[in-house]
Amino acid sequence: MSVMDESGMFKVQQTIGSVLCCKCGVPMPPNAANMCVNCLRSEVDITEGLQKSIQIFYCPECTCYLQPPKTWIKAQWESKELLTFCIKRLKNLNKVKLKNAEFVWTEPHSKRIKVKLTVQAEVLNGAVLEQSYPVEYTVRDNLCESCSRFQANPDQWVASVQLRQHVSHRRTFFYLEQLILRHDAASRAIRIQQVDQGIDFFFGNKSHANSFVEFLRKVVPIEYRQDQQLVSHDVKSSLYNYKYTYSVKICPVCREDLVCLPSKVASGLGNLGPLVVCTKVSDNITLLDPRTLRCAFLDARQYWRSGFRSALTSRQLVKYFVFDVESPVGEATVGGQKYALSYVQIARESDIGKMFYVQTHLGHILKPGDQALGYDIYGANVNDNEMEKYRLSVKNGLPEAILIKKCYEEQRERKQKKPRNWKLKSLPMEMDDSRGRVDPEKTDKEYEEFLRDLEENPELRFNISLYKDKDYQASETASMTDGEGAPTVPIEELLADLDLSEEEEDDDDEENMAE
Amino acid sequence: MATRLQFENNCEVGVFSKLTNAYCLVAIGGSENFYSAFESELADVIPIVKTSIGGTRIIGRLCAGNKNGLLVPHTTTDQELQHLRNSLPDRVVVQRIDERLSALGNCIACNDHVALAHTDLDKETEEIIADVLGVEVFRQTIAGNILVGSYCALSNRGGMVHPHTSVEDLDELSTLLQVPLVAGTVNRGSEVIAAGMTVNDWTSFCGSDTTATELSVIDSIFKLREAQPSSIVDEMRKSLIDTYV
Repeated sequence: MSVMDESGMFKVQQTIGSVLCCKCGVPMPPNAANMCVNCLRSEVDITEGLQKSIQIFYCPECTCYLQPPKTWIKAQWESKELLTFCIKRLKNLNKVKLKNAEFVWTEPHSKRIKVKLTVQAEVLNGAVLEQSYPVEYTVRDNLCESCSRFQANPDQWVASVQLRQHVSHRRTFFYLEQLILRHDAASRAIRIQQVDQGIDFFFGNKSHANSFVEFLRKVVPIEYRQDQQLVSHDVKSSLYNYKYTYSVKICPVCREDLVCLPSKVASGLGNLGPLVVCTKVSDNITLLDPRTLRCAFLDARQYWRSGFRSALTSRQLVKYFVFDVESPVGEATVGGQKYALSYVQIARESDIGKMFYVQTHLGHILKPGDQALGYDIYGANVNDNEMEKYRLSVKNGLPEAILIKKCYEEQRERKQKKPRNWKLKSLPMEMDDSRGRVDPEKTDKEYEEFLRDLEENPELRFNISLYKDKDYQASETASMTDGEGAPTVPIEELLADLDLSEEEEDDDDEENMAE
Repeated sequence: MATRLQFENNCEVGVFSKLTNAYCLVAIGGSENFYSAFESELADVIPIVKTSIGGTRIIGRLCAGNKNGLLVPHTTTDQELQHLRNSLPDRVVVQRIDERLSALGNCIACNDHVALAHTDLDKETEEIIADVLGVEVFRQTIAGNILVGSYCALSNRGGMVHPHTSVEDLDELSTLLQVPLVAGTVNRGSEVIAAGMTVNDWTSFCGSDTTATELSVIDSIFKLREAQPSSIVDEMRKSLIDTYV
């Protein structure tokens, strides 16, 4: 019965007795009001003056609830966000302390939400009373602004990006498509339309279009301008509604193009031989002088200041046979790529009789008996002012041929169209057939060339996601040891395609080993 | 039998009256209703005296007394003292005491044999109490409150204390006072028992807010219904906590 406390004094244990409730006479432990809980509840109603029913607005298109005056809050049925939103809408709730809140089940299409709140408040002389009560919310359907605007005109766009490159091939756009997919840059586009010499992207928001243009600026050298068109105008509040258009031009110089630099540009780059080969296009253009193995970088601004065009593009590449390769006279490593300068004896495939003795920067990979692709300056009729000027000015004449890359045509034929073990994804684009005919055969050939390009160049693959082709079966008959086979994509670089269906379980093969 | 009444629409009957076995003091109210309620119960048995103490009407809380004597604070005027001496029976000794704690009704709870006193009362006062009232004085607290006179209503047959009094305290007090005690409320859950009611050996008066339950508790602990058949009393006893010595 007695307990020693810290000071060593005896403290008698106190047991609380019970008294009768003054109203109903039921024995209960004494409390501040000296009434049992039921009598107290019948005396005092702490929920008096609190809101018990309220109306809320709901947009059925985007499952959002309106928080006046203008905010729409996205919330799922019977979710935590919905509960917080419902409680916030109640006024006067600061008079009592909220202990607990939970949903009471209602039929979803009854358009009623019931929330049971448990509140605590002080009554009479210090007794704290806790009481639960239900609050009923009437849900009214009301399309939110953006949904109603969308309903009125589903093709409504606010900003568009018109991406153009004035060249005759679509290689850049294939590559860009893969880049965009990898970085998810066009995820917010409402519509994507393919047009002649370009692609149009439509966005619902100017800032989305802006961020897309910023993304493009980082991956290709572009020049753009922004224009706007007035759609509507509210006189009273001076609010103007515009449609924004970004006109984006990609630089027309592509990889493997032969460029004759204007004299100003050449001298600006340190007297780079006016004939240069473009080796890489990212946000800078890399130009390689095949005679001195010197590289120069031009960024978008520098390029557009002069705006030179290529003299010869990859369309005009000609096949050469390599008969003899001499030992390299000079070597250089430029931008991670090794080049070796050496003299070779070559002849065009179409005219084997005529041999040329030229200098090439591909001395490190060419061997006698190889095939190579290059520009036939000797035989070609080049329609380029700069080239003409240079031809007239130079004493010894232009080089007869400039080799660009090694050709794997033979090996590919030997492989006999072995299917590839990887595939690419594509953007959902609409084809624009309104202007001119689109030649499907031409586009297919270009796509095939693009895929071959990817196989041959590991640095192109760096920024692109390649997925394992599930339908590919390694054929037993084709020999894997072809000797010198055409380059293929090593299997470590392929990503397992993430299939969100329930039957497959793809192990995440996310070892994208970039060299 | 317990009676319910009001003093000028106020239910705190114990503030405006003092009831003992030998006399009854009432305050001077605007109407005569309060006085006549007492009169109808007590007319021929004991004298009912209308008075004020120190010019105030809260006489129940300012004075303490039993059948042997009456103690009044130093604020009582000479006229009031004389009036009291004249009106009360000669057996009753009226004494004015000089005490810092002048609300004697709040500080002293007494019946004819024993009294509980505020713990800070002067030694002198304690002696005077023992002398004038003829009682044994114990300094105590009730449920941790030192104003024993407010939280305890005492008669020779039973007593009621503050509802938060623990069981052990109840035992202890009961042993001291030698009467059965109960923890209860008056005036619809009010804890200030002595302010809400006044009691003597055969009758009691409570505020009109007192519920039937409280009234039945009062009736049974102070043993006010001798005429009742014992079965009901026994039934009541089971649901109450009584402490018999």
